[in-house]
Amino acid sequence: MKKVFRVFGLLLSVMTLVGILAGCGSAPKAQLKVYNWGDYIDESVIDEFEKKYNIDVIYDTFATNEEMYVKIKGGGADYDVAFPSDYMIERMIKEGMLEKIDFNNVPNYKYIDERFKNLPYDPNNEYSVPYMWGTVGILYNKKMVDEPVDSWKILWDEKYKKQIFMLDSSRDSIGVALKMLGYSLNTRNMDELEQAKEALIKQKPLVLSYVGDEVKDAMISGQAALAVVWSGDAIYTKRENPDLDYVIPKEGSNMWVDAMVILKGTKNKKAAEQFINFMCEPEIAFRNTDYIGYSTPNTEARKMLDPEILNDRTAYPTDEDLKNCEVFEALSDVIKEYDRVWTEVKAAR
Amino acid sequence: MRRTCYAYPYLVWMAIFIVVPLFLLLFYTFTVTTHEGIRLTLEHIKRIWEPLYLMVLLRSILLALICTVVCLLIGYPVALILSGKEYSQNKVLALLFVIPMWINFLVRTYAWMSLLGRNGLIDMVMEFLHLPSVQLLYTDHAVVLGMVYNFLPFMVLPIYSVLTKMDKSIIEAAQDLGADYITVLKRIIIPLSLPGVISGITMVFMPAVTTFIISRLLGGGQYILIGNLIEQQFIVVGDWHFGSAISFVLTVIILITMGIMRKYDKEYEGGAIW
Repeated sequence: MKKVFRVFGLLLSVMTLVGILAGCGSAPKAQLKVYNWGDYIDESVIDEFEKKYNIDVIYDTFATNEEMYVKIKGGGADYDVAFPSDYMIERMIKEGMLEKIDFNNVPNYKYIDERFKNLPYDPNNEYSVPYMWGTVGILYNKKMVDEPVDSWKILWDEKYKKQIFMLDSSRDSIGVALKMLGYSLNTRNMDELEQAKEALIKQKPLVLSYVGDEVKDAMISGQAALAVVWSGDAIYTKRENPDLDYVIPKEGSNMWVDAMVILKGTKNKKAAEQFINFMCEPEIAFRNTDYIGYSTPNTEARKMLDPEILNDRTAYPTDEDLKNCEVFEALSDVIKEYDRVWTEVKAAR
Repeated sequence: MRRTCYAYPYLVWMAIFIVVPLFLLLFYTFTVTTHEGIRLTLEHIKRIWEPLYLMVLLRSILLALICTVVCLLIGYPVALILSGKEYSQNKVLALLFVIPMWINFLVRTYAWMSLLGRNGLIDMVMEFLHLPSVQLLYTDHAVVLGMVYNFLPFMVLPIYSVLTKMDKSIIEAAQDLGADYITVLKRIIIPLSLPGVISGITMVFMPAVTTFIISRLLGGGQYILIGNLIEQQFIVVGDWHFGSAISFVLTVIILITMGIMRKYDKEYEGGAIW
């Protein structure tokens, strides 16, 4: 028995030694950890970046802004680049979680449409580079809904009991209820927030499921008549199932921007900036927008798009469509109330 | 060959991955972080007694109980058949029962989603037979079905192993004395297999009451169970204190259940800790 242990110990030390030597052998490749939304990039772009700059990219995905925030805030993750949305960027700036970007290293920033610069979440353009933008609206199946869809109220119509998909995301779903009631989706008024909670609880029996990315397949296969979706998912699903259509309700909605940021504590800021710059190259930005279907803020990439997509109001809505739309604010002082409301909505029966 | 030093790596393992996390859980349960620092509190525990969260807890326990009963009703006869004369020589049937467990249970649960969904296989068969279309996915039934499907082997296997180890001569003796099959079953087989039944119940009830992925995939996020509530507090809301408090209450409930089970399980068939 003793002999067995000795042999085992010897093996273990040999293995460790080999491990250390192997580490010395080749020059260590730089590593970049990227944290992005699921289904939100043409993955071949990453391979190309790795080859071009000789950097290893470790690519992880998340499903909601809140999930990403909790993971990074918890300190368990050491990502270099992340892709949060507007309100989350504002919150992360306020909490000192982001690193300022040196824009001299991101020359391709010049391709970003002026409309997406100096937005309230990053007023001086120091921390973020826009990646995609879009709206939240109703995706509906024309075969199952024969009336015109133009209001959030249809999601509270008994006729569509168990035919409605809602987003499993606190800000988005509470925002829908607030807009339906005619309030701002950045309300700090607790009374309005309570009304939104009551509305969501009242709506619950009509809802088939609260979903994330699954909504795309479910709507394509006709599992439900109506769904609250992000515009990019609408473009993708419309392509797969021509019976589907997308509308930004007349009460207004959320207009959002997802941007690339560098996280505090990054060990490889230069590589992070190279990555962001690479993503803004017109050809790369075009491939991403073409692959995932979301709308690009990159002016050069937009020129390469099929005119049919450019004229599609789902992807590139008119100013008239965006009239009542708002961008989310961070609401750091009352965000706990939003979280509580969402927990109670989900727990209610 | 009994050398206690072999146990040390296991002890270290347990300390790091079981004891320390448990203390962290206690710490988060009974503290709150304010601007002045950290102080002790019972507010998280109190919050669970709000009717809203209590209902979630009760619903989880109810669904887990239904799942356990259904598993027992299906599992016992199956174990009896598997351990019977016809099959005990031939292990193929038992193997067939175990093989699905080699596939990740997430994958199997996703498969149920496409079976139960609208325009899914079951829906298509109903349509073919000109029966009305039924919404199965995203209901309580789907959640219970998913749980029973996933946890049934945990009920069958302990009962099966007790039944195969049972001394057959006792049964033969009873038959010699004129007992019919029902009497043998009632007076000998069932009482002797009770330890297996108890550990089967524990092994099904525990994962059923804490599951969150089955209820999310098949329940569609509106039938939230206690596991989902905990997951949500950690992953989405980031309120670790409340999440820990719910976990703490759940742990206490499970410990009490195991304590009760222990009273009936004299044989240490597994599952019990007291």
